[in-house]
Amino acid sequence: MKVSLDWLRQYVDIDIKASELADLITMAGLEVEAVIDPYEQINSVKVGRITDISPHPNADKLVCCKVDIGSSTTEIVCGAPNVKKGMNVPCATLGTILPSGIEVKKAKIRGQTSEGMLCSRVELGLGDDASGLMELEQTLAPGIPLKEALGFDDTVFELGLTPNRPDCLCHIGVAREIAALLGKNLMIRETSKTEGSGHTADNASVVIENPDLCPRYSARLVSDIAIGPSPAWMQQRLRAIGLKPINNIVDITNYVLMETGQPLHAFDFDRLAGHRIVVRTPHEQEDFFTTLDGKSRQLDSETLLICDAEKPVAIAGVMGGGNSEIMESTKRVLIESACFDPVSIRKTAKRIGASTDASYRFERGVDPKGTVYAMNRAADLIAELAGGSVTKGIIDEHPRPSVKKTITLSTEKTNRHLGTCLEIEKIAGHLESIGFSVYRSNSDQLEVTSPTFRVDVERPEDLMEEVARLNGYNRISTTFPQITAQAEPPGRTLETKERIRDMMSGFGFHETINYSFAAARGADRLELPAGDPRRKTVEIMNPLSEEQAVMRTTLLPGLLETTQKNIFRQEKNLKLFEIGKAFYKAQDRELPHETEMLTALWTGMRKPLAWHTGHEHCDFYDIKGTAESLLAGLGIKDAAGTKMPDSACSYTQPGRTAQIRLNDIFLGLIGEIRPSVLKRFDIRQPVFVLEIHLEALIACLPGTHVFRQIPKFPAVTRDITLIVDSRIEAGQIIDHVKATDTDLIENVFMFDVYSGKPIAEGKKSISLRIVYRSFDRTLEDARVNEIHQRITDDLLSAFDAALPA
Amino acid sequence: MNEEIEKIRQQALSELKQAQDAESIQELSVRYLGRKGRVTRFLRNISELPKEERPAAGKRANEVKTELESAFQDALAHLAEKQQEDEQAIDVSLPGRQPPLGTLHPITRTTRMIARIFERMGFGIAEGPEVESDYYNFEALNIPKNHPARDMQDTFYVSENIVLRTHTSPIQVRYMETHQPPVRIIAPGKVYRCDSDLTHTPMFNQVEGLLVDKNVSFGDLKGILTAFVHQVFDPQTSLRFRPSFFPFTEPSAEVDIRCVMCRGDGCRVCSDTGWLEVMGCGMVHPAVFENVGYDTDRYSGFAFGMGVERIAMLKYGINDIRMFFENDIRFLRQF
Repeated sequence: MKVSLDWLRQYVDIDIKASELADLITMAGLEVEAVIDPYEQINSVKVGRITDISPHPNADKLVCCKVDIGSSTTEIVCGAPNVKKGMNVPCATLGTILPSGIEVKKAKIRGQTSEGMLCSRVELGLGDDASGLMELEQTLAPGIPLKEALGFDDTVFELGLTPNRPDCLCHIGVAREIAALLGKNLMIRETSKTEGSGHTADNASVVIENPDLCPRYSARLVSDIAIGPSPAWMQQRLRAIGLKPINNIVDITNYVLMETGQPLHAFDFDRLAGHRIVVRTPHEQEDFFTTLDGKSRQLDSETLLICDAEKPVAIAGVMGGGNSEIMESTKRVLIESACFDPVSIRKTAKRIGASTDASYRFERGVDPKGTVYAMNRAADLIAELAGGSVTKGIIDEHPRPSVKKTITLSTEKTNRHLGTCLEIEKIAGHLESIGFSVYRSNSDQLEVTSPTFRVDVERPEDLMEEVARLNGYNRISTTFPQITAQAEPPGRTLETKERIRDMMSGFGFHETINYSFAAARGADRLELPAGDPRRKTVEIMNPLSEEQAVMRTTLLPGLLETTQKNIFRQEKNLKLFEIGKAFYKAQDRELPHETEMLTALWTGMRKPLAWHTGHEHCDFYDIKGTAESLLAGLGIKDAAGTKMPDSACSYTQPGRTAQIRLNDIFLGLIGEIRPSVLKRFDIRQPVFVLEIHLEALIACLPGTHVFRQIPKFPAVTRDITLIVDSRIEAGQIIDHVKATDTDLIENVFMFDVYSGKPIAEGKKSISLRIVYRSFDRTLEDARVNEIHQRITDDLLSAFDAALPA
Repeated sequence: MNEEIEKIRQQALSELKQAQDAESIQELSVRYLGRKGRVTRFLRNISELPKEERPAAGKRANEVKTELESAFQDALAHLAEKQQEDEQAIDVSLPGRQPPLGTLHPITRTTRMIARIFERMGFGIAEGPEVESDYYNFEALNIPKNHPARDMQDTFYVSENIVLRTHTSPIQVRYMETHQPPVRIIAPGKVYRCDSDLTHTPMFNQVEGLLVDKNVSFGDLKGILTAFVHQVFDPQTSLRFRPSFFPFTEPSAEVDIRCVMCRGDGCRVCSDTGWLEVMGCGMVHPAVFENVGYDTDRYSGFAFGMGVERIAMLKYGINDIRMFFENDIRFLRQF
């Protein structure tokens, strides 16, 4: 909301600079987001006196003026009908940027030089009058700034008010805070007691059918008005805070709203059927209502309406209707000044998509005691500025009077809560300065009654905040909590995720964070089968776009998109990973299942190209090795990467996919992404993936680390080379060796795999190294040879293998 | 006579010093120790000396002979070694075989930095669901349905009662429901708001903090957050606490720090105010304590929250929040 400093000065004596005031109220909780000069657009406009006029040689409707602007006389071409020698007019000097955005430049107009622009009101943003030049007082000296000449000196604050402070959504509210902070009095004008003839209640009636939604409705009739423009001072104030003047009656209701915070509405009384106001919800078949902005609004059974004897005339608290709007011919107005239920107004405004100055205030809560003052203030202004005669008496239906809230506040508790040592009188003084009434019940306790405009204050803590902010947060001394040293160990999930992040980055992978949102078509892009749980997405009701319409069930599409974007930027060698949640719709509860995933991708070269590397591309065994090192680093032994059934993973290539299992538990998979999937992501190079389900993994983590004795006796190694059928998996052979009935095998590993000449087609040669060791003695060759021979024979028969020729 | 052998020794050693290669050392060896060498000749001519001088001169000449023999040998060996080393020299200016280095995302790094600071002050870490019920995200935090405070956060809805959490504050509530005071936790995590423009991404990260015990005051809140800011930025950073509003704290405050870019002179980053808003905080609202069954007469506490991206941007000088989620490798590699 915008407030004008000039306007605020009407209610409080401000004797500090605007910048100091901005700081002062910001630090009291009314944040000044911007300090604006409302007349910035006329900063370089001066008073110019036309000293000479001559006809334009090449144009009938233009004249050439000599204009005295104090420091010099300039030549300006002008086409205004009212231009005449000797008049004082606003002169925009070169470089001025007018409100329309046009910059005043030196120009040749039909061959004549023009070094400035003489302006009308509309050109300066000071009114609607476009008929001719704005005429200025003859007494003004040429060259003085227009701002000074017009007495325009104002500063506007843009306030970022928090939702708990509707009382400050008006000038009096802000002035009240300033008065308290500066120790000044708040000056509020009394309303006039002069009344005309008749009585409002004899002419009009008000019936409230839904008192819960409308606790108060005040109304007053003003007759004999003449619609016309409002006076310049009022237009100037409204413009300064960003409102457009319309006519005297509308301007007055807006002015009083911005002064008091009470939304008002003026009905053309003679257009109200039966001269009657009924506050109610719609009758049957009242489905639509046209508001004064010309839009047809759909009504529902909860929409509170202001009606006359026959029909709706306004949507309560939101917007009036065209059918009762003030017109040029309006003679009598009925001023509405009411209180509506905040929730009801909020629902209606949201539903019809119309947030107005009125609804904004009703939603947050207006002062239930303020209706009559605001209404009478408007009546006074109408009488003064629109020639109206205020009808005697008012209507004030008040079916739900507000209850005074009294809160007990303890000085000791306040100080303990805030960490202050304020005297009881100091606390009472702060509260009284902003309108609270305080009764001192004893040396510690205060009975505090909130003013009705402070709808936000309900508890002692609310009062403590008032005391704290008025006293100054920055005057509260900085202390440290005295708390026991008890602490909880970090959770396993958290610790493991951090460990994995460290290891993956240590392995050369770069961590990414992709959006948790995904496109619904993500499942199709990965070719997931119909029943796949990853198709059970959690949908967002109000997504920002189709691409972000559901919560992701897999991290892969996000990473593939990231890969594609980077390849597009000529970064073709990528090792990326992400740790984050996947979300699945749950059958048994409202909240979805959230599960932590690790997904890593490797594409391009195995190593960055250097003098010591070849042009080697990464392959399946690179990503597999990453998985193996990761698991080993986490202390998981014996996890196996074994072949996956061909149909088990839709997005990786059959025959190039392995599942990572620990005993019977599926931990994740590694594989090469299918070319058809890559194509859908517009990627034209092989990509290898590692996916691990962190919950399953964490469940498998060993509890403790146990040290194993370092062997005292030497190991003996023996190698075997076998020629086997090429379809036999190396893993089977290793497992077979490990299963040998002896405790002397310390390690078995593959150190060479070869196919091609001279090995026969369909066969491959596999070389194993077996490390034998006894824990309690030095092994004799004979003993090792015997076992090794047994293993060799066993392998030859089990795998139908041969020894190399 | 002795003088002569000493002179020969001196000359031999000094000539050896000048010798650059094996050939000249060989030549020296012949010249001094060969059959016609000077030392050999001296020994041969010893008989011409007076009798009483002979034993001493003979002894000394033999010593010199041995000394020179080993000096020539050492010089030769040294030369051979040097030659071998020269042959083995490599181009040390070639880059080494670097183990591949990956990186952590700046959000991870910043979250860790924040967490470490609070862990040192005794805070534990809690996590919670990212898709949350309206109850935990709003109502338990004293934000009823149809309250204007809901406008403070643009919410993604999954259903009428389920939202993407708009802040990490629901973790407070979940934690207090299952733990009794004293409570000292931080809660990091992703949050979601339906807002996407130059300065907003629909997903971002927060760290929430909560401390509850007997006699916790607003002054204590200032103490903890001041200590935090001084560790994240530098110990000279000045802070100010500005009254604000959050439905779940009372009193509430925004924490501003002196602009880390311009040191308060005013710049684009701080919109010429000299201050940067970095955190929201306040004393836990009694309604929140009532919702989790804490005795408001016995306990008080404070909560605070900050945007991780905001801290990371200030810390690393990143000027566009959207970069965090674009995952441009040229950006990621820098962390």
